[in-house]
Order: sequence, then C-alpha cells, then structure tokens
Amino acid sequence: MVDPVLASRIQFAWTTAIHIIFPTLTMGLAPFLVYWTWKEVRGDGEVYARLRRFWAKIFGLTFVVGTVTGIVLEFEFGTNFAAYSSAVGGIFGGPLATEGLMAFFLESTMLGIFLFGRNRVSDRMYLVSAFLVALGSWLSAVWILIANSWMQTPAGFEMGTRAGQEVAVITDPVAAYLTPRFFWMFSHMQMAAVLSAALFIAGIASYKLLTTDDRSEFWKKTIKVAVVAMLITAPFQAVQGDAYGRHVHDTQPAKMAAIEATWETQTGAPLYLFAFPTNPDNLMTPTEEEMIALGIPNGASLLATGELNGEMVGLEEFGDDIPPFMLVFWSFRAMVGLGLWFILLAFWAAYRWRKGELFEDTLLQKSFVASAGLGVLAVELGWMVTEIGRQPWAIQDVLRVSDGVSPGLTGGEATLTLVGFVLGYTVLLSTWAYIVYRLVRAGPDAPSDETSSPTADGGVEVSAE
Amino acid sequence: MMPLSLADTYLLGLPLVEMWYVVIFLTLAMFLWLDGSNFGIGILFGMVDDEEIKESMLAAVAPLWDGTEVWLIVFGGAMFAVFPDVYAGLFSENYLLMFLILGALIIRGVSPEFREQRHDASWQRVWGVLFVSGSTLAPFFLGVFTANWLIGSTSLLSLPGVVVGLVVVTLSAVEGAAFTNMKLEEKSATVNTYGTIFQVAYLVLAVTTVGYLYLFVEGMAAKVLSPFALGLVALTAILGIAYIVLLQSGQSLYAFVTAGVQTFGLIALVGFLLYPTIYPIDGLIVQDAAVSVLAMNVMTVVLVIFLPLVLLYFAVLYNAFRGPVQAGEGY
Repeated sequence: MVDPVLASRIQFAWTTAIHIIFPTLTMGLAPFLVYWTWKEVRGDGEVYARLRRFWAKIFGLTFVVGTVTGIVLEFEFGTNFAAYSSAVGGIFGGPLATEGLMAFFLESTMLGIFLFGRNRVSDRMYLVSAFLVALGSWLSAVWILIANSWMQTPAGFEMGTRAGQEVAVITDPVAAYLTPRFFWMFSHMQMAAVLSAALFIAGIASYKLLTTDDRSEFWKKTIKVAVVAMLITAPFQAVQGDAYGRHVHDTQPAKMAAIEATWETQTGAPLYLFAFPTNPDNLMTPTEEEMIALGIPNGASLLATGELNGEMVGLEEFGDDIPPFMLVFWSFRAMVGLGLWFILLAFWAAYRWRKGELFEDTLLQKSFVASAGLGVLAVELGWMVTEIGRQPWAIQDVLRVSDGVSPGLTGGEATLTLVGFVLGYTVLLSTWAYIVYRLVRAGPDAPSDETSSPTADGGVEVSAE
Repeated sequence: MMPLSLADTYLLGLPLVEMWYVVIFLTLAMFLWLDGSNFGIGILFGMVDDEEIKESMLAAVAPLWDGTEVWLIVFGGAMFAVFPDVYAGLFSENYLLMFLILGALIIRGVSPEFREQRHDASWQRVWGVLFVSGSTLAPFFLGVFTANWLIGSTSLLSLPGVVVGLVVVTLSAVEGAAFTNMKLEEKSATVNTYGTIFQVAYLVLAVTTVGYLYLFVEGMAAKVLSPFALGLVALTAILGIAYIVLLQSGQSLYAFVTAGVQTFGLIALVGFLLYPTIYPIDGLIVQDAAVSVLAMNVMTVVLVIFLPLVLLYFAVLYNAFRGPVQAGEGY
C-alpha cells in the first residue's frame, strides 16, 4: 500500500501522460484533415477523399480514446486533489468549465458529422464540420493551457476566505488567464502537436512504402504533406523554445536551475552536456559536490539570460522546495536532442525532395519509421520538464502538491485506483496501437477505377490531377 | 459597467448563485437525457437478438455519444468553477464510486469503436458484452452518486443507492427504447415491449425512492409532501403513461421527448429536495459554497455567450442525423 499523496501524484502523472498522447495526435492531425477535406470538396482528385477517409479513421479512433481518458482528468482534481480544488477552484475551475462549453462541445458534436455524416450533409457543411473540429480541438488547448499556465505563473488573485477556508480569490481575470506564459506554452504545444502528427503519419507512410508496393502514390502524398509541416514546425520549435527558455528563467528561476542543474547561484553558469549524481542516496537532487558533469563555460547563462555573464539563481537558494531535478535535467536534454533530430530529418527530406529523389533514400524512410512516435515522446518529455520542474508546488510558490491532496483519502483507496489505472490504461493503449496497426496494414480503400485490380498502384487518379 | 462593480455586485443584480445551482442540475439533466438514451441503447443492445437492429443501434449511437458525454464534463467543470468545495467534497468522499463511473464510461465509449474493427465472432462478442456492461453500469453508478449526494451518504453500496441506481438505469432504457425506434426504418415490437416494461419499472422505482425519502431520511418528509414535489411525481406518472401510448403507436420521437421531460423532472426533484443545502455531508448551503462575485460574473458571461451556441451545435448534429439510420452508416 502506498502513501495517498504519492499514489495520487503517480496516478495523476500516469493518467495525464497516457491521455496527452491522444490529443497531441488529434490536434496535430486536425489541420491535415481540414486541408484534405478542402481539396476533396474542391474536386482536386479522388486521392484527397481517400486521404481524408483513411486518416479520419485513425483520427476518430484516437479522439475516442482521448475523450474517455480526458474525462478522468476533469474529475481527478476533485477525487485526489480536493484541497487543491477547494483552494483554487474559483480561478482554476473557470478555464476547465469554459473548455467544455466553448471548445469540447464544438469539437465533439462536429466530429459526429465529420466522421459519420459525409452523405448526410452538403459538401460545404462537411468542410465546415472539419474546420470546426479542428478549431474546437485547438480551443480546448487554449483553455487547458490557460489553466496550466496559471499554475506556473499565478497572477490576478489574492488570498481570501470562503466558508471559513483560505482560498485564492480572483481579482483580475485578464491578468489571471492571459499570462505571458500562456502564449509561450500554447505556441510551443500546438507546433509540437503538428510536428508529432507529421512524424506519425510520415512514419506510417514510410513503413508502407518499405513493406509493400501497393498504393504507393497514396503514401507518397502523405509523406510530402508531412515533410512540409515538419519544415515549418521543427525549426520553429528551436527558435521559439530558445526564447521560451529565457521567459522561464525570468518567471520560474527554480525550474530553470533544475533544467540546467545549476546548484550554486553564479554568473556565467556552464551549460552541462551531461551530469550524473555520484551519491547513491541522493540520485534526484545532488548538490554540486555530489555530481559529476561536463559543461560548456557560460553556456547556461547565455541560454537563460542572453548574456555570457548573466546571473543564474542556483537550486541551493530554494531550500527544500526543489524538484527532483535530475529528471528535469535529463528530460530537457532528451527533448532538445529529439528536436534537433527532427530539424535534421526535415532538412534531409527537403534536400532529397529538391533533388527529385525523396522516395529513393531508404535510410531516410527507415529514419521516418523509427521517428513515428518520437514527436509524441518529445511532448511527454517537455511536459515532464514543465510539471516536474514546478515541484513541489502545484501552484508555483502558492500551494504545494502535498497540501492539495484530498484529506480523507486513504492509502488503500489510492493504491487500488492507481493499480486499476496502470492496468486499464495499458490495455487501452495497447488496443489502440493494435487497431491503428490493423488499419495501417489494411491501408486506404482502393481508388474507384481500380477495384478489379486491388494490388495495382494507387496513383491512377493522382497522375490525372 | 465599471470593473470595480463587477467584483462587488452580481451582473444586473441577478441572483446568480441560485441561477448557477439550477444550471448545474440542468447540465446533469441534459446529460442524463441525451447520453442517457445512448446508455439505454447499450442496455437494450444486450436484450435484442436481431443483428440488423443491433447494427442500427450502434450506428445511431456512433455520431452522438462523444458530444452528449460532454454534458457530464461540463457538469463537473461548472461545479469546479462555481461550487469548488462541492466538487472537491463530493468527488473525493465518493472516491471509489467516481472511478467506477469513470471506468464504466471508458468501457462504454471505446467498446463500440473497438468492436467494429474486427469482424470475427469472439472479438465482437467481447466488445459487445463490454458495451452492454459499460452502458448499464455507468447510469447505475451515476444513480448511486445522485442518491449519495442527496442524502449525504458516501456508501458504495446501500439500499437507497441501489434503488436510485436502478431508477437511472431504467430511465436510460426508457429513453434508449424510444431513440432506437426513432432510428429504425421498421419499428421493432420487441423494443416497444422493453420500453414499456422499463417505463413501468421506472415509475415503480421512482415512487419507491420518494417513499423511502419520506419515511427514512431526516428532514425530507415536509419537502416530499410539498405541492412542487408531489406535482412532479404526478407529472411523471402521466408522462410515463403517455410514453407507453406514444411508443406503442409508433410516435417514437414524441416518446423520446416525453422520456426527456421525465428526466428533467427527476433532476428537478433532486435539486428541489436538496436546496438550500448543496452538500449535506458538511451541511454546506448554496450561498456559502459559491465562489467570489467576480468569478461568478465571469462564468455567467461565458455561459450566456456559449450556451446558445452549444444548443445550436446539438440542433445541427441531431438534425444531420434525423430519421432512420441509412444503409452503410455507422462505424
């Protein structure tokens, strides 16, 4: 039996980590689906109808799993973090309710039409439904990230009382909800979602090109669209991420110190390429002496402040209120490493494309296959930096996670549901992956003029464009 | 209006706290009506043998359930935003029950989607059984939750919990039977029979619940005997009979609406019996549970702007899928 605080933290981390896979893919796929639907409705070739149909199947399946795992999160604040919910519901609950009203209703009702109503509505209404699904999914992200960014950089409130309890009371909705952090987060997350989806579909399409000659034009079309999206999003993430880092340094110095494993406050702090704890009793929060590291002089200061001799506040200044920063340090490096790989991959593909040999480079295709899930992995790592880097706070400098847990929760109850979620979500994720695999194996429907020769190449209607 | 006054006085001087109390219950009622009919289809899915009807049932649910489930999400979200102590207290005190609800909802949601992915009998049977189980257990546990809320209990298994659980299950089946026949080209006599049986069962169970509240729950007797509560019970009985007549005569759309009004009646009764308390375990009353005036005003603006749009989305969705399921529709 696990302590209810620890079990609640693990359960929330696990349920969120599994959930985010699905909205990342649906938010990322949505713009592609709008594009294909638009081309389909315009009559630019049957291939677009097939692209839309095939990827909408995967989108629909993913959306369903995203919905059912997402509803858990909406209730988990109340079940496991009742003290947190009472204390900040007057600010934090608003964006969640608004997300449902403004975004999720729009997305999920229009999804019904988009997935099942092709023959029930006009072309125009069908295109509108695709657009509104995409809009709804992105608006969902707006409100979820407004809520999350308030946890990172709380503003627009004061402490007051309600029914005898100390609670956060909103004083300025604009300051509370439109924090600078929100804009950094939203742009970073949405580009990450598009990039993840592009890698996902390019990986699947490359797998099909490598393993079968069937309908290769369909898969080539997929890869081209994905490469265009990668070329836009991958470099954007690097440039934006760099500036985002300086914002984090200005607003959450403890998190920045965790990212760089900076123990002592110093000017010209080095950028550690790696850092390992040496004391086996203190693996997560090693002091300067308990760590071996190799660093580039002044690198961290340059990245965090824009100046070689900029001052970085060290973790030692925060007493016990520091995160298990080795996790943050390594998650951040893995994320950045993946980001650099995505840029390389995008430019590599662009170079081949320019030379007219995009589909002749087997190594590139294998790299795409290997990278199909890496975009989502980078999103997970990024969220680990964001969320673990804020620990032990739930609301930075206002409320600790351990003070937010439901007071009446027993270790037995919390352990029981934790075990249930570990098992249940493993089954859910595996079944999802299995069905995606089956859908990919079956591939898209044959073009209409080709039903008699199912093994032929799917390019007939493509070349007719 | 000056920003300062938004922090001190409710918009237009309206009684926003009471209004939001009503909104919370309306959201729950919308969920139990619209998604309840999907639960009902899932319940009947286990009782109907005709494969064609069963496929039509799945095809009827497919485009709708994702949207209708959001009413529950908004119920939770609105309670979080406006009555956070109630959200926190109810959900944490009914900890295991909440996860039973969520587990049933997860299974109900994914199983029809997964079922259609393979066409061999064993795969379809497993997900079919899970679809029926999720669709039955979700309303059952929601009923237990409602009973616990009303009488201030946190028990996972109690007599009132089981009875109200069955109340919500039978009501869902009543809605689902009407909705199924709306979606069939040829109305099914079997479905009509089940609808009638569930409607009678609902009336019996609902009256039993009211009787139980009158006899055994402290402080309820006077409220149960008030004209409003008795009026709701009488109205439900009349609507129940009307439902049976409408269903048997093939007017499934009107039967579905009749079932909906019964749902709103049930939830109105719960809200009425609870008021002015909102969280009986702590004896918390509505006014004391509400967030600050400014937060309330902000949420009200959001609601006023988006609720009409939400209703429009549902009108568009249900209109697009009006009438019987067409050949080739569904997953």
